[in-house]
Amino acid sequence: MSDWTTVAGVQLEMVERGRGRPILWLHGEEGLDPDAPVLGALAAHGRLLAPSHPGYGHSPEAATVDTVDDLAYLYLDLLAQQKARDAVVIGASLGGWIAAEMAVKSTTSLGHLVLVAPLGIKVGDRETRDIPDIFALHPDEVLKLQYHDPACARLDPATLSDDRLTVIARNREATALYGWEPYFHNPKLRGRLHRITLPTLLLWGAEDRFVTAGYYGSAYRDAIPGARLETVAAAGHFPHLEQPAAVAERIGTFITT
Amino acid sequence: MRAWFFSENAYHLLPEAREYDSIRVKLPNRYYDPKLGADLYHRFIDEWLMAEDLGLEIMVNEHHQTATNVNPSAAVVMGALGRVTRSARLLILGNPIANRREPVRVAEEMAMVDVYSRGRLECGFVRGVPYEMSAGNHRPTRMMERFWEAHDLIVKAWTSHDGPFNWEGKYFHHRQVNIWPRPYQEPHPPIWITALSPGSAREVGARGYTVACFLTGFEGTKTVFDNYRERRVELGLPAASRDRFAYAALVYTGETDEAGYAGARKLMWYLESNKVPPQFTGPPGYHPIASTVNAMKGATPGIYKMFQNPTLEGLMEHGLVFAGNPDSVYRQVMRMYDHVGGFGQLLMMSQAGFLDHEETVKGMQMFSREVYPRLKELR
Repeated sequence: MSDWTTVAGVQLEMVERGRGRPILWLHGEEGLDPDAPVLGALAAHGRLLAPSHPGYGHSPEAATVDTVDDLAYLYLDLLAQQKARDAVVIGASLGGWIAAEMAVKSTTSLGHLVLVAPLGIKVGDRETRDIPDIFALHPDEVLKLQYHDPACARLDPATLSDDRLTVIARNREATALYGWEPYFHNPKLRGRLHRITLPTLLLWGAEDRFVTAGYYGSAYRDAIPGARLETVAAAGHFPHLEQPAAVAERIGTFITT
Repeated sequence: MRAWFFSENAYHLLPEAREYDSIRVKLPNRYYDPKLGADLYHRFIDEWLMAEDLGLEIMVNEHHQTATNVNPSAAVVMGALGRVTRSARLLILGNPIANRREPVRVAEEMAMVDVYSRGRLECGFVRGVPYEMSAGNHRPTRMMERFWEAHDLIVKAWTSHDGPFNWEGKYFHHRQVNIWPRPYQEPHPPIWITALSPGSAREVGARGYTVACFLTGFEGTKTVFDNYRERRVELGLPAASRDRFAYAALVYTGETDEAGYAGARKLMWYLESNKVPPQFTGPPGYHPIASTVNAMKGATPGIYKMFQNPTLEGLMEHGLVFAGNPDSVYRQVMRMYDHVGGFGQLLMMSQAGFLDHEETVKGMQMFSREVYPRLKELR
């Protein structure tokens, strides 16, 4: 079940659940599943706000939004509109990139930052492909890189409704809009991460072969003062999908201590 | 009707297809021998010159990072042809302007070719096939918005003659636009645009440019041409003449039907060799969402099945191939002509793969002597 909200003229499909401290969940390339177990578990800790970014899910595309920079401002506006204080901002993969961009711009409404295998920074030199090119790899290869158990992630379109297939197609298209070039990163972001003075947790699937904790995760951790990097066992690039209970538990512990 | 000789300038001397998983984007260029490639370039230019001698017009295109077409710059080969031809119209179909980073550079190149050829350029703009996205790092989303901004900038660059103008658009920035040379033709070379969807057809129709359909068969072509015409009626614009409608097919004319079919089977290399994995055929955002959903469900429209497992009979039935003896080819062209409400430009893909020089020339000669005079009479 999703509700609708409008932020700065942009219409968003948004899951709202629970009470208390605002918890903003920013999904990644996989889009938002309103029934995802991780969302229910997080709602136990506060008032969960989980929008579908413009172009994802059922959220319409917005002519004025075509970069992660735009998304970061959009969600800062959402928090301001909600009069949020001490909010927990959690983002996964592309959503982690959005969350990091928000935090370097303004931490006024933010209390804790959780980045789940975030994209968004350039680590290696110009000839190092930090992030495998999902647009140039066979879809089966992408699954192998992104999931601890690729078999569970493989979908059978024959079993899915037209609405679900439409959402999948829209999610892929929106991912290309925001992530195509520069490829899933902002060349300036790494140099700005020092501005993040919030308590920050980086959560990484131990089996993430897409962007590894050792290479990409530690570069992220080193750039954010005081950030902690933890890994989640038996999970790939989307640990919130493969190990939702463990992810929610780590986040719960982090934001309450 | 005008007929155009078109060759994709393929490099067909490849290993067995089972040795590679894609002929496009990622096939290593160690398979390309520049010495053989030079021979091929010269051969293809000779064939275009022979086309001119036979009274045909000349068409070139461009693709990138692919063995199916080794013309990554249509402007370069057309620059050469502009100098060595004398009378043929020179069609580039086309410049992939949603993908070119500098539209002003396109305006310059096209103006050069137009002046070289003393005003014989026909300038096409295309969106580019899906395989071009990774080949050129072009974002597949919101392409048509970028396409039309590039178009607007190019046309303004061609038609502004009083010093620099300013362009600070959504996609392109250029504060001092003032091209040298300016085009030979006034106000600018005729513009052609390819269309696959009703929406694109309507945009082209509103502007009155020549609309071109590539291998879209009977129904796909009719949909595009009908939408073009309907849009003009809606806008109260005069009906477009037949020369505003172009159709591209594989064409081979033989002395007998059997000879024509044999040539056409070799042209089918275009379709048979197009081994491309899914990540390059359907980059997200390139195809409309509804088509992507249908593709996920495995619901492939009949005409696209033709691309997957082409048979000559199927291709001819769908109007993607015109082949046989001169009477047969004429009848097939006219069947398409009648079905789509008439068209004035026949774009003939008449060289491919292992169709050698003699065979290519023979097919052109048979067409131009035995079929073309009848088509030229259509007014």
